[in-house]
Amino acid sequence: MTATMSQCLMNMVQTDYGIGDYQSAIAPRWCSGCGDTAILTAMQKLCRDEQLAPEKTVCVSGIGCASRLPHYMNAYGFHGIHGRALPIAEGIKIRRPDLNVFVTTGDGDCCSIGAAHWLHAIRYNMNMTVLLHDNNVYGLTKKQASPTSPKGLKSNTTPYGAALNPLNPLTVTLGVANVSFVAQAVDWIPDLLYDILQKAYHHKGFSFIRILQRCPNFMDHHFDEAVRDPLKTRILTHADGLRLKPEISRIYKNQETHDPINMERALALAAMQEELPVGILYNNPSVPCYDELRAGERPSTPGLVETVLNEEFDKVGIWPQSQPTPQAGE
Amino acid sequence: MTSDSSQPIAQDTPLPAAGSATGAKTAMRPAEVIHEHIIEIVSDSGEGAQRCGQSLASIAARSGMGIWTVEIIPAEIQPPPRSVAGASGNRVRMAAHKVTNVGDQADLVIAFNEQVLLSRLRAGEIKQGATILLEDMWKRDAHQPIADAYADVCAEIRAGGYRLIEVPMEAECQKYVPDPRKGKNMFVLGMLCSIYSLDEELAASQVKLTFIKKDRKIIDANLELMAAGRVWANDNLDMHYRIPAPPVEKPQVVTNGNAALALGVVASGMEVCAMYPITPATSASHYLSSIFEKVGCVVHQAEDEISAATFAIGASYAGKCAVTITSGPGLSLKQEAIGLAVMAEIPLVLIDVQRGGPSTGLPTKVEQSDLMAAIFGSHGDAPKVVMAVDSIEDCFYSVITARKIAETFNMVVMILSDAALSTAQQPFDRPVFSADWLAPPVNQSAVPPDAKPYDWDERTGIATRFIPGQPNGMHCLTGLAHDRNSRVAYDPKTNEEGLINRTRKLAALQKTLRLAPVFGDEEGDLLLIGWGSTRGAIEEAVTALRQEGHKVSSLHLKYLQPMASGIDEVMGRFKKVMTIENNWNDPLSDPLINSDNRRYSQLALLLRSRWLVDVDCWGKSHGQPLKPAQIKAAALAKLEQA
Ligand SMILES: Cc1ncc(C[n+]2csc(CCOP(=O)(O)OP(=O)(O)O)c2C)c(N)n1
Ligand code: SF4
Repeated sequence: MTATMSQCLMNMVQTDYGIGDYQSAIAPRWCSGCGDTAILTAMQKLCRDEQLAPEKTVCVSGIGCASRLPHYMNAYGFHGIHGRALPIAEGIKIRRPDLNVFVTTGDGDCCSIGAAHWLHAIRYNMNMTVLLHDNNVYGLTKKQASPTSPKGLKSNTTPYGAALNPLNPLTVTLGVANVSFVAQAVDWIPDLLYDILQKAYHHKGFSFIRILQRCPNFMDHHFDEAVRDPLKTRILTHADGLRLKPEISRIYKNQETHDPINMERALALAAMQEELPVGILYNNPSVPCYDELRAGERPSTPGLVETVLNEEFDKVGIWPQSQPTPQAGE
Repeated sequence: MTSDSSQPIAQDTPLPAAGSATGAKTAMRPAEVIHEHIIEIVSDSGEGAQRCGQSLASIAARSGMGIWTVEIIPAEIQPPPRSVAGASGNRVRMAAHKVTNVGDQADLVIAFNEQVLLSRLRAGEIKQGATILLEDMWKRDAHQPIADAYADVCAEIRAGGYRLIEVPMEAECQKYVPDPRKGKNMFVLGMLCSIYSLDEELAASQVKLTFIKKDRKIIDANLELMAAGRVWANDNLDMHYRIPAPPVEKPQVVTNGNAALALGVVASGMEVCAMYPITPATSASHYLSSIFEKVGCVVHQAEDEISAATFAIGASYAGKCAVTITSGPGLSLKQEAIGLAVMAEIPLVLIDVQRGGPSTGLPTKVEQSDLMAAIFGSHGDAPKVVMAVDSIEDCFYSVITARKIAETFNMVVMILSDAALSTAQQPFDRPVFSADWLAPPVNQSAVPPDAKPYDWDERTGIATRFIPGQPNGMHCLTGLAHDRNSRVAYDPKTNEEGLINRTRKLAALQKTLRLAPVFGDEEGDLLLIGWGSTRGAIEEAVTALRQEGHKVSSLHLKYLQPMASGIDEVMGRFKKVMTIENNWNDPLSDPLINSDNRRYSQLALLLRSRWLVDVDCWGKSHGQPLKPAQIKAAALAKLEQA
């Protein structure tokens, strides 16, 4: 198995990871037909195609069905607490730019309990890839309305129908200062999902992909219309963005050339009600990354620590009469 | 224990006339030798009493005196000027010996207006008969109500038996600088240097150090004002003291508790501090922010405490232990994340600078009431280490120790400090850097085949952590119950195995702890037990009681979870045991309270439940540090009890 090989050759560049090298020994326990499976596959393919060393790859998640993904990856994983995947990932990234950090989160996890972290993670713009598995419902806790649930959804907490209009994660993300990469994908067009994920991975900064994810268990037939009618999906293409494979282009004829640096159009697309925009809405590679801004100029060494401590002690020092005190500078 | 010689001079001392002074401009009286004094300097906020007090303390410390300073902080950011709530300044205790606490009441007070003075009087902070030096400009104020208020307070002070000396501070400063309001703190410093016979050159060098970043002109103006204050006091005041202090033998540093914590973070080799601003913890992160980047490290101001804690957990997970600093309400918010760190066995240092609670409580005031939250906080069984700092020096070294324990045991280590230590200053021996303090470099070597991420050692419960980047170590960490391979497990047996091992680590650590020696005799009539910042005050009270022939000793606990062995044995050697704590307990004097419903102080409750012994408690939740005299009185009452 290639995994064993990689162990032996550990300090050498690996170019031979197969899909299997990214699969953990644990079989996914999602319901059959769950869109999370397609997302996991896209992740594993990306790792293979990019030849990401499993030991240099970290998948961080919160809590929910979606957040189980790290358990199924053969990589370092951190299945944290509800809503807090993003700050955990930020903590990892701040000292470890060498690690590839992915975050998987659900719509409840990200847009409800973790909403504050979500907004600030966009603002920090750290170099990581975030996959929002948006099934419009709480899965793991068995069907409660989520912030992205459609108005009128009957759920265990909204037996007479959800009262509020849904929150739109795309427009919200686009509205935060420092936003640098926003895309939308759907689990039922895996090729496109993969392409978008790859673009996100290559983006330096906080790349946010909202993935519409089917939950046959609690939202059966919810995305049927979009799944059945390719014209309901508007695919965004661009020379600097996605380039469609012919087979996708043939099926999904509703296309728009969208320059992902165009924020105004991105916002209009994100807000579209009748059609589903799929592709890269916004991509601005020039936004500075917090992890780079906060990286210390000099790496911490014992000598440096000693010097700085002594400088500080000097400032508040008391010396015996026999020893000269530092003189006040001019 | 102020010497008798510092007792007030007779009340009928002639009072100075406006603009002039007490005595004639005759030769200075010889200095009276005293052993200690507590001095308070209070002003409106922004008038510089804080800096004056700090400089005084530094000069005293450099002369070899023991000092302890405490900031007097108004509750509001911009209280109205000349208001009772607006008192801002510094309390400086100076002594011929080492000082470990704020002491009791002030011997001498300098106030910039009569209203801020009132606040200190009403708080009972000023000794009966103490000397009060008061800025007298208000009596000439054009606005009659101000002049009247001034006169009223002066009358009240005199009636109260204090020695009041009115001083034309601004009027004097006017002779040297255009804006006397800005400079009078240095004039006052000069006066204090005269009153306490402090070395002129030393004082000047301290002022130069204080203004090291300012330009020459400013330094010179300040030096001139200080000299003027000294001369004015020499000429006009009849008070002249000397506190004989042995010269400093070893290099020392003077910092407050929060700065010491921050320096400890640097010295521990931790590289990330994640925080969210909260009083009184914030100043530690302010100071850390100013120095941490110089060693390539980062203070991250997170969007909230939950984020700060999880950010620190992420940083720890990826390599070196990280720290998060907070106070009461922030600690509450971090509890879920603390549980995660416990479950996933991520090292984490959490510093809680306690303040008055619950809720937003008394944000700037002193209390030690988070002990239970620290030990039992979070949900389920979440064993973690809890230690308390008991001096400024201890703030520094505790962080280094905490990081080591956290990384050795892969545990959460909480350090409890409090508002009393956070802004209090005390000199301690200058630490000599040791590379052993630092965290080891991040281990990225390959994990041996077949090693398990939670391969708990049967004796200690410790497992070696795999750090991202280590080949072969891939696993998914989770807050769910898990087996040795970090696989989610729902069966009771696996869950129990994890619980046993996580708790076993505490027992393993406990075996390495040594109980601090008893302060006083090993046996006697009464044992006082304390923890945290109250140490100095308790020991001072015990010393006083013993001098009077009482068989009282004290024991101070550094580790609250786990506790070192031998506490029960020590308690057994005393007829009575009582904790002294700065947190709530139901007073038995309340008719509603009896042994069935009494709520005990937090440490007392722990000791009672653990050893089934009758531990009484005494404490206060009055927002102030406990004072030696209060503790002494409580101990005497306990001794007298049947
Ligand atoms: C603090 C906290 N509150 C509530 C929960 C319970 N909880 C677990 S998952 C979840 C919702 C998950 O929904 P979503 O994020 O949409 O993910 P999905 O399961 O649909 O993938 C909730 C409320 C929890 N684990 N922690
Ligand atoms: S409940 Fe829904 S989201 Fe969860 S695993 Fe099943 S199908 Fe997927």
